[in-house]
Amino acid sequence: MTDNQANTEVAIFASFNALLIRDLRVYFRSRGTWLNPLVFVLMVITLFTLGIGPDPTTLSNHASGIIWVVALLGIMLSLDALFRADFDDGSLEQLLLSPQPLYLAVLAKVLAHWFITGLPIILASPLFSLMLGIPATAIPALALGLLVGSGILSFIGAIGASLTVSLRSGGLLIALLTLPLYVPVIIFGSQFVQSAIEGWPLMPTFSMLLGLLIGAMVLAPIAIIGGLRLSQDT
Amino acid sequence: MSTVASNHSSQAPQQEVEPILVLDSVSCERGDRLLVENLSLSLSPGNGIRIEGPNGSGKTTLLRVLAGLSQQYRGTVLWRGNDIRQSRSALATDTLYIGHLAGVKALLSPLENLSWWASLHIPSTKPLSKATMLNALSQVSLEPFANTPCHQLSAGQQRRIALARLYLSEHRLWILDEPFTAIDAAGVVLLDQRIAEHLAKGNMAIITTHQAMQIDGFISCSLNAAQSEEAISR
Repeated sequence: MTDNQANTEVAIFASFNALLIRDLRVYFRSRGTWLNPLVFVLMVITLFTLGIGPDPTTLSNHASGIIWVVALLGIMLSLDALFRADFDDGSLEQLLLSPQPLYLAVLAKVLAHWFITGLPIILASPLFSLMLGIPATAIPALALGLLVGSGILSFIGAIGASLTVSLRSGGLLIALLTLPLYVPVIIFGSQFVQSAIEGWPLMPTFSMLLGLLIGAMVLAPIAIIGGLRLSQDT
Repeated sequence: MSTVASNHSSQAPQQEVEPILVLDSVSCERGDRLLVENLSLSLSPGNGIRIEGPNGSGKTTLLRVLAGLSQQYRGTVLWRGNDIRQSRSALATDTLYIGHLAGVKALLSPLENLSWWASLHIPSTKPLSKATMLNALSQVSLEPFANTPCHQLSAGQQRRIALARLYLSEHRLWILDEPFTAIDAAGVVLLDQRIAEHLAKGNMAIITTHQAMQIDGFISCSLNAAQSEEAISR
C-alpha cells in the first residue's frame, strides 16, 4: 500500500468519526430526540397491557408481536428527524459536496441515530419483557433479536427519511414508504422471540435476521444517497 | 442568448492560460421558469466570476449547478476537461461551496462546527490542530466565542463561522453565494482581501453579490430575469 492510499484511508476514517461524534453531540444536547422514542415505546406497551388486561398468559401470547411492532413504530417516528435538521441548516449540502465517500457518511449518520433510538429500546427491553410477561429465560434472545432488527429498521427507515427530507413534513409518507419493507423484519423478529419463549431452535430465524441486516447495510445506503441527492434538486 | 466576455482587461498575462472551468450553453430551469439560457463562459486560474442579476434571476440555481449539487440543467460543465456529471469527485475535491444556508449546527460551538467541516473537506493524515482552527476563527473575529453554542450567536456571527472556512481552505475554486449577507462593513473589507489573496495564488472564485467589490480579475456575468429572455453580459 502506498503512502497516498494510507493517507486517504486515514482521512476517510477521520471524516466518519467526526460525523458520528458530531451527530451524537447534537443528539445529546437536545434531550428530546433520544428520550422521546423510548418514552413512546414505554407508553404504548403500557397501553397494550391495560387494553389486553392483566392475565399473564394472554399477554405473553402476544408479547413478541407487540414489542416488535411498538419498537418499529418508535424507530420509524423518530426517523423523520434523521436528515431534516441537516437539510434545514445546510450541513447536508456540505456533506454531499465532500470528497469523502458518502457511503460511510450515511453509515455514520444511521449509526448515530441507532445509538439514540435502537440502543435505548434494547437496553429497556428487559423492562418491557416484565410488563408483558415474557419469561426471563427469553429476555437475552429478545434483546439480541432487537439488536439486529433495530439496525435493519434504522437502515430501511433512513431510505424513507432521505426521500422525504425535502418535503415540509414527511412523517406519514415515511410510514407509507417503509412499512411494506418492514414486513420481513416483523415476521422473523417476532418469530425469533416466540422461538425463545417456546424453546424452539433459534439459529434459523436469527440467521435470517442477520442476513437482512447485512443486506440492508450494504444496499440501503445506496438508496439513501440517491434520495439525498434528489433532495437538492427540489 | 448570452455570451460572456472571457477575459478581464487587467488579466492580460493570463490570457493564454487554459481555462479550468468551462460552461458550454448551460440552461437551468426552476419549476417551469427558464432562468439561465445558453450561458457559455470559461474561467482560468487567477480569475473570478461575479454573477449579477435581480432577485429570482437564477444566480443561486446556477451556483448549485456549478458546485455539483443540482443536476437539473442542460448543456455541459467541464472541470479540468471532465464533465462534472461524470466525474463528481474531481470537482468535489477542488471546490468549496458556501450557500445561503451556512451549514452550521446551532447546538454546536463554532470550533466544533469548523472541525467537523474540516474533517470532511480538508483531507489530511491528522486532524487540523486546534490552534489552526482558532486562528481561522480569529480571522473572522469569533475567537472569543469559539466554545459558545452557536444558537447564542447573532446571524452575522453564524455567517462568519461559515466564512472562517475560507481561512482553512486551499481549494482551487470557491463558490460563494451572497457571502456578504449579514456581514458588517469591516468584515466585508476582510473578506474582499481574502478573496483577492485567493485569486493571487492562481485560484478561482465564483461569487454572487449585490455589493460593490474591489477585486481585480473579476469578470461580470449578468443574469436577467427570464421574462426578458436574455442574459446580457459585459
